Amino acid sequence: MMKKRWFQVGWPPVAVLFSFLVIWQLAVTWGHIEEFLLPSPLRILEVFTQADVRARLWMHAASTIRITLLGLGSGIGLGIVLAVLLHVIPFLRSGIYPLLILTQNVPIVATGPLLIIWLGYGIAPKVVLIMLVCFFPVVVSTLTGLSQPDPQYLNYMQMIGATKRQLLWKLELPNALPYLFSGMKLAASYSVITAVAAEWLGSKEGLGTYIKLSANGFMTAQVFATIVVIVAVSLGLFGIFALLAKWAVRWNIKNGGR
Amino acid sequence: MVINTTALDRTQEIPKLEVSQINKSFERDRQRHTVLKNLSLAVHPGEFVSIIGPSGSGKSTLLQLIGGLLEPDSGEIRMDGSNVTGSKGLISYMPQQPALFPWYTLEQNVLMALDIAESNAKKRGSGMGGTPTTASREERRELARTWLARAGLGGYEDQYPQVLSGGMQQRASFVRAMLSPQELICLDEPFGALDALTRLQMQQWLLSIWEEHRRSVLLVTHSIEEAIFLSDRIYVLSAAPAQTIAEFQVPFERPRDEAIINCEPFIRMKRDIYQLLQTGSGQHAR
Repeated sequence: MMKKRWFQVGWPPVAVLFSFLVIWQLAVTWGHIEEFLLPSPLRILEVFTQADVRARLWMHAASTIRITLLGLGSGIGLGIVLAVLLHVIPFLRSGIYPLLILTQNVPIVATGPLLIIWLGYGIAPKVVLIMLVCFFPVVVSTLTGLSQPDPQYLNYMQMIGATKRQLLWKLELPNALPYLFSGMKLAASYSVITAVAAEWLGSKEGLGTYIKLSANGFMTAQVFATIVVIVAVSLGLFGIFALLAKWAVRWNIKNGGR
Repeated sequence: MVINTTALDRTQEIPKLEVSQINKSFERDRQRHTVLKNLSLAVHPGEFVSIIGPSGSGKSTLLQLIGGLLEPDSGEIRMDGSNVTGSKGLISYMPQQPALFPWYTLEQNVLMALDIAESNAKKRGSGMGGTPTTASREERRELARTWLARAGLGGYEDQYPQVLSGGMQQRASFVRAMLSPQELICLDEPFGALDALTRLQMQQWLLSIWEEHRRSVLLVTHSIEEAIFLSDRIYVLSAAPAQTIAEFQVPFERPRDEAIINCEPFIRMKRDIYQLLQTGSGQHAR
């Protein structure tokens, strides 16, 4: 039953993707498109069979994953702490929250170089950049969850004389959990892209750097192979958070089904 | 109608809860709306008292005043003789919706209420009104399990509330209210959201539990039948601004049987209350 449902949801995008790849392959073969302009899907697949390229891809991927996890983890931590602080202290909320939204209008092509000037060429500026991008969805969604518990629960807790602290721990935080996880899923998908962008801005290793090097050398097939790896890492990270969410809010079942 | 002699004695006794001359109004659309006007009522120890009134007669405002969420414009709320106006945590409460937290199992839900009551009692110390329970957390857990089982919820202790039916949720909600150590339980239209059959079963069940485990109860309800069937005394409120327009002493013996619903005094009382609610005013119809 579950399998069938998964299949039903899963097959349309798979079918579309497959047809797209077939058309792409045929267009490149019959249209005699130069490989450095657009490599065929099979050619991209071939990249993964070359042991030396594979090793380099791995090395760069590991580096990217490392800064991604560091940045994402600290971003989530910062986001939760900030959300709770803003929630508990209303003045901070009204003072800081609007400014927080303003900060999201600063593009990372501006923040990135600044961070490199301040923090050097190590992993620090990249981790900080990812953190800055990741904490925002976490703060916004957690804050929403904290401040919007069902009025019937709030009324009950107040009637039995719950303190602010008990309200926070027993009502507002559990209520915020599903919101927190949707924020974390968003943050997880932003994190990999940001890591790659940060590496592209200036780094010795990482998938972003590898794309830059490959593109400079017109090794377009390698660029595409790297894109495949980036997508896979992103999906994997997203999947981990989706599973984590499912486990952490397993009580959050809609209409009967377990 | 037989005049209950114990009721006369009660005039000397210090009531568990005494609401005295309460006035409360709210500002809405730049107009002052008086919700409660000179409202007084009392609940004696071990007594089951109902408040009945047309919808929108400020019953939930009254409960929020008793719970200490709101402060009256004038008047006083006393428990055991001491002024507790505006203090929270002195009552246990069963709302209309079960309000069981979806992230806690049934047992955890009950325990949470007991934990909060416990920490409130501790904070209040040996001072006024607090009933410090000596039970350890383990004993409280045991108590919760026993009573959930008695409510027919044995085996469901570790389930999340949303897998249970509405009636089962309300039973758990009642257990939660009843196990809390506060001596006054406020029930806010507890069966309003249930279907008629479940409602009747729940009333009988509640009555059987209460009759062997007497607590002071204040019940707010829409249903005249429910009020007569369950209570010792009934206050009838008028439409806004609410004031008590009548007080009924319910003469039926306990333990009560559902058969009384069809006896003549029951039907007469039902008709009297109905007429009072219809006209919205009246003298004391005793």
